[in-house]
Amino acid sequence: MPRVNPIDTDYFKDERKSADFTVIGKTVQRSDALGHVTGRTEFFEDRSFPDLAHVKIHRSAHHHARIDSVDCSEALRVPGVLRVITHADVPSNWYVVLRLIGIEPNDEPVLAEDRVLYKGEPIVAVVADSEAAALEGARRVKVTYTELPAVLDVEEALAEGAPVIKQAGTNYFVYEGHHARRLRFGDVEQGFAQADHVFEWRYSSAPIEHAPTETTGCIVVPQSSGRLLIHSNTQAAFFTLDNTALILDRPFTDLQVKGGTVGGGFGGKVDVMVEPLACIAAMLTNRPVKFVYTREEEMQVSSPRAAERIYIKDGVMNDGRIVARKVMLYVDAGAYSRHSPYGTTKACAHLPGPYTIPNVYADCHCVYTNRTPSSAMRGFGVTIADFALESQMDRLARALDIDPLQFRLINAYRDGDMKAHRKVAEGTALIEVIQRAAALVGHELPDEFRVLSSSTPREA
Amino acid sequence: MKIVNLKVNGVGKAFIAKPETTLLLALREQLGLTGAKRGCAQGACGSCTVLLDGEPVVSCLVPAVTVDGSDVATVEGLADGDKLSHVQQAFLDGFATQCGFCTPGMIMSAEALLDRNPNPTRDEVAEAISGNVCRCTGYEPIISAVLDAAERARL
Ligand code: FES
Ligand code: FES
Repeated sequence: MPRVNPIDTDYFKDERKSADFTVIGKTVQRSDALGHVTGRTEFFEDRSFPDLAHVKIHRSAHHHARIDSVDCSEALRVPGVLRVITHADVPSNWYVVLRLIGIEPNDEPVLAEDRVLYKGEPIVAVVADSEAAALEGARRVKVTYTELPAVLDVEEALAEGAPVIKQAGTNYFVYEGHHARRLRFGDVEQGFAQADHVFEWRYSSAPIEHAPTETTGCIVVPQSSGRLLIHSNTQAAFFTLDNTALILDRPFTDLQVKGGTVGGGFGGKVDVMVEPLACIAAMLTNRPVKFVYTREEEMQVSSPRAAERIYIKDGVMNDGRIVARKVMLYVDAGAYSRHSPYGTTKACAHLPGPYTIPNVYADCHCVYTNRTPSSAMRGFGVTIADFALESQMDRLARALDIDPLQFRLINAYRDGDMKAHRKVAEGTALIEVIQRAAALVGHELPDEFRVLSSSTPREA
Repeated sequence: MKIVNLKVNGVGKAFIAKPETTLLLALREQLGLTGAKRGCAQGACGSCTVLLDGEPVVSCLVPAVTVDGSDVATVEGLADGDKLSHVQQAFLDGFATQCGFCTPGMIMSAEALLDRNPNPTRDEVAEAISGNVCRCTGYEPIISAVLDAAERARL
């Protein structure tokens, strides 16, 4: 049953070359589908190795606590347990995955040292002959704690007098000396003063777990050359290779990552969570080692999409023009940075949405709390911001009694407009997309809106 | 420890199982049939679905020692050489796979459905795969592919 993928060739005719669209609009068989339907696709866990050892983790029982003692003696007595691994066994324990693109400081330990910042944080890794023995060993590790006050809300984390949970001294990521990723364009207060109406609403979202059907994992196989071969389901083979090498304090060339077959990722498999410990276990035991999350671990400790809280305040005119927009945005990074400093920057880059607004002010905060660290997930930074922005657009349209599509067309950016980031908009197509969508669902637009185009100059 | 005899995809197999060895791990680690996947190991995702005496089961919950003498069908046994089963071919043509991790389990649930009901409605297909989690496709192409397979079988 072939699929039909119609392309609308009416729009942007003059920009189209005849050689374009040799693939888009055609049905092209996936190169991996035959393997999928026959069961022959090789996922990392489908490989078997003689003498395979297994890693399981003892994790923090508290959201925020000082570690007073760690006792592995009982774990080591479990038949089949080969080794325990603590932070002392990790050559370079502190890291931040984004250091590869210049993000600082290293704020996360591979294994906790004297403190845990979230429930489920790894403290001790146990290597054993079998999965069952590794699990039993991990269960037998004894940790004593002194509980510390936990911060579980982004605005509470930033409030005066909040307990500072991060070594760096602030509960927020510092962007070039600032408390937030900032956007400043025009004069937002003057915009509010000139507006016919000012509206402010608040939006918030919960963390979202990717829940891939295949849990995060890898198998590391020591090679006779001394190199380590990592079979991984990472979505980011080179991120994994580089970060793992830095954690192991070994040259990049000592590692080889084989990946690319991912049983669902959605952004959840771009952190570097299992490979470093599996490599250390393989080095210490000189055996192939598997470290794969259980479903419980995938749900509880793999990084979800960040929870966000977003306040949007808009100044609007009776004719539908938005003249000022102020956004206070809070990304809950959880206990550690992972990819959130970048996600927060993306959120800021996305403001004020695809609309031309002369006065814009935004502070986008990447906030640390004692919750599970969040990280990448499909369009992170942008997706929740869009939910807030477009909900806001609908509410504004309703408040002004303007059709919501017309309201968007009035404010849609056009070629030549100056965006809040001081870049001139080009190649815009929002107007055409709205017009086409309106036609497809039978939403009538008056002539003046039907004749608009992205290249129609905006009246001064 | 016990010796377990199974007929797997029509071929007799014997292996030694501990009491805690699941049918899934026996297939994957002892018989080398890695088509069935481990997505949860707790009966919640369906990635490990195989047919046990013709009935779909989540093999991660079946102790191997309890099924001695049974007939097991896995995704590896469906194609006849290069010739795919109707369900496999319909999944391939209908873009019913993305990452492919749920696919073997999904296909076995679909095969079981079409074996007992060659003429299912859309709702019956949805019901038949309700124990199989797919996080990629949104299910619609899968349901369409199963209906398409039923139609191909009628031709
Ligand atoms: S692995 Fe058996 S149901 Fe999930
Ligand atoms: S195709 Fe990825 S889970 Fe179904």
